[in-house]
Amino acid sequence: MIRFENVGLRYGLGPEILRDLSFQVPAHSFQFLTGPSGAGKTSLLRLLFLSLRPTRGLVNLFGQDVSLLGKDEVADLRKRIGIVLQDFRLLDHMTTYENVALPFRVTGRDESTYRREVIDLLKWVGLGERMDALPPVLSGGEKQRAAIARAVIARPQLLLADEPTGNVDPTLGRRLLRLFIELNKSGTAVIIATHDITLMDQYDARRLVLHQGRLHVYE
Amino acid sequence: MNNAGNDHGVLVDLGRERPQVPARARNMSPIVPRASIAGRALVAVVAIMTFLASITTGAVLLVSASATEWQSEVASEITIQVRPVAGRDIERDVTAVASAVRAEPGILDVRPYTREESGKLLEPWLGSGLSLDDLPVPRMIVARAAPGTRLDLEGLRSRVTQLAPSASVDDHRAWINRMRSMTNATVFAGVGVLVLVIIATIISVSFATRGAMAANRPIVEVLHFVGASDRYIANRFLRHFLRLGFEGGTIGCVAAMMVFGFSESIATWFSGTPVGDQFAALLGTFSLRPSGYLVLVVQTVLIAAITALAARRTLFATLDEID
Repeated sequence: MIRFENVGLRYGLGPEILRDLSFQVPAHSFQFLTGPSGAGKTSLLRLLFLSLRPTRGLVNLFGQDVSLLGKDEVADLRKRIGIVLQDFRLLDHMTTYENVALPFRVTGRDESTYRREVIDLLKWVGLGERMDALPPVLSGGEKQRAAIARAVIARPQLLLADEPTGNVDPTLGRRLLRLFIELNKSGTAVIIATHDITLMDQYDARRLVLHQGRLHVYE
Repeated sequence: MNNAGNDHGVLVDLGRERPQVPARARNMSPIVPRASIAGRALVAVVAIMTFLASITTGAVLLVSASATEWQSEVASEITIQVRPVAGRDIERDVTAVASAVRAEPGILDVRPYTREESGKLLEPWLGSGLSLDDLPVPRMIVARAAPGTRLDLEGLRSRVTQLAPSASVDDHRAWINRMRSMTNATVFAGVGVLVLVIIATIISVSFATRGAMAANRPIVEVLHFVGASDRYIANRFLRHFLRLGFEGGTIGCVAAMMVFGFSESIATWFSGTPVGDQFAALLGTFSLRPSGYLVLVVQTVLIAAITALAARRTLFATLDEID
């Protein structure tokens, strides 16, 4: 599903922060992406999400060479990917419900066709009582769960999560991990970027370890 | 907060632009909040620009309509001047010339001015009470041709000079040409002002669009994250700009129409004054015809369309930069 060949990334004229990355992410797979802070985990996630283009090398996503994609094709590919970022990126003027429903809304679907699904998921992540609240009044953990719900609501083929349990207590962390595992079992490939060893120890999965710009894969 | 017994549930308030509404009713908030776009300033700019454009177009329409009226009136008129010459009887010459002109095909009416009437024409320059017997006052004959008639002016001129060698025929062509040049210059200046107004509108809208996009950059990024295409995002912004452009355009156009609507009354207040008379001479009754109002409406729609196009172009350019 994802294939990287000799991918390098640098910002401007700075040094290469990702070097010679060659790896594959099979469909339906589950992996943790880990490494020390500043190792380039977020940059690699951004490459996977097509919000960055590699400086060199080949990135093939869903069978398509990303360097050949136009803007509309990138938008179409992104509909197949869900992403959870460290800073949540919720829209402050929309309720939690509206934020989570956003991936459906941008496809032009009528609200009545997804309302039940959104409400069920919000209840599942423990935001059933907060669906009418605006993000500024949510706690860090609630924002985190809302961001995760938004990323998974459309059942993406690939889920990218950047430190998804960074702002939640261990109990909720386990619950969220279970959500990711359930999603993976239903066919979504999952990449979770984290340096939370406890989280990784809870589930036996492939580990992609970034160190000094290079990637080491532990099956 | 205890909401027991409260049917409305939690209320949310996002500022003056959006009143408090029950949160449950807000399942479909606008993706781009209206309050995030500098709306009032842009409405004012578009309103002023539309007003200026409408006033310019209205003035050009008035001038050209008046000029056309003048030209058609003057173009159907011929003036023959018979100068007194020693040894000739001017009265006989005038009568002969008037008869000859009357016999021309297409001439509807011939009016020779009497000696007294010719004298009155000179009064503004020479003053009244002057004995005209001492002056060689030329005599005027005004002939009115049927509209659309093409007179044989050269033939007429030669026949008239045979009857009265001192007579000259003037079909006002030089004057009409000057009038036409003046009208063309007015129209040209009006079009120039319109072009400048439209350019200024495009620049203002482009700046406002860039500002709105910069203020809403986080929203654009999130929309990109959830797979929205540039077209979808641009349309969410464009909706606001269309509304603002429509509001501004309507205000400007209605204000200009009111100016033209009241101008007739204003012209009446000033009638009798030198300024009023000058304006009346140049612009006629100062009232716009119904077709003129239609032109103003069409022009407003055009400005709104240009506003939308300028916003759309800027939106896509900015989206390219953001992604």
